[in-house]
Amino acid sequence: MTIKTQRPRYLNLLKIRLPITGVASILHRLSGVLLVVAIPFIIYGLALSLRSAEDLARLEIWINSAWMRMVMPLWVWAITHHLLTGIRFLLMDIGIGQGLAAARLSAWWVSAIAGTVFLLVLFRGVVL
Amino acid sequence: MSGWRAHGMRAWLMQRLTAVYVALFFVSMLLLFVLHPFADYASWRQFMSMPVVNIATVFFFLGLIYHAWVGLRDVVIDYISQFTLRMITLMVVTLSLIALGIWAFMVLVTVVAL
Repeated sequence: MTIKTQRPRYLNLLKIRLPITGVASILHRLSGVLLVVAIPFIIYGLALSLRSAEDLARLEIWINSAWMRMVMPLWVWAITHHLLTGIRFLLMDIGIGQGLAAARLSAWWVSAIAGTVFLLVLFRGVVL
Repeated sequence: MSGWRAHGMRAWLMQRLTAVYVALFFVSMLLLFVLHPFADYASWRQFMSMPVVNIATVFFFLGLIYHAWVGLRDVVIDYISQFTLRMITLMVVTLSLIALGIWAFMVLVTVVAL
């Protein structure tokens, strides 16, 4: 079993060249983790919005704060990328778009749309 | 670890079922907010008090949290190889998500005066 012992034991992230399908997939995972972090904030926001009219107004000020303008593009990107890649995976589960060419094209599409949405929200947050 | 393997198929299926429900709910809510924004606090609260909406939203959070649990479980198992650390992390993740589920449930059922 000499082959096994010759395997590199380190993981140099800079030397990994992922194909676009792999990029879309690992970003699905990353965006998923980011969205989990957002869950307590969403529940807290929902609680505030339902507690009283004053709390709802407070929530609206908080959402429009400078801090949220930094976080919002990332969050909107995460939800867009996770949703689109998720739909892509579900379609593949039922046998649609499993071919290599189709998989590559759809991976480019969903990543590009999510990236564009990120830039749009970032632009809107910075300029407006 | 044979128990986990027996769990795998159910988790895989639940991940997909919750994905479909959570996605449909999210897109529906998004469309509603864009096409028909709520005028004020009272109308928003009244909307969330409707039994169908209230229950569908509780199911959204429960589905979201189950979906998050399966995803985080995959992440933890993939990246944390040390057994004790993996088990502790899984425990913390599971308990945190259960707490979030109870919190979301409490927020939604108390929208009407108890």
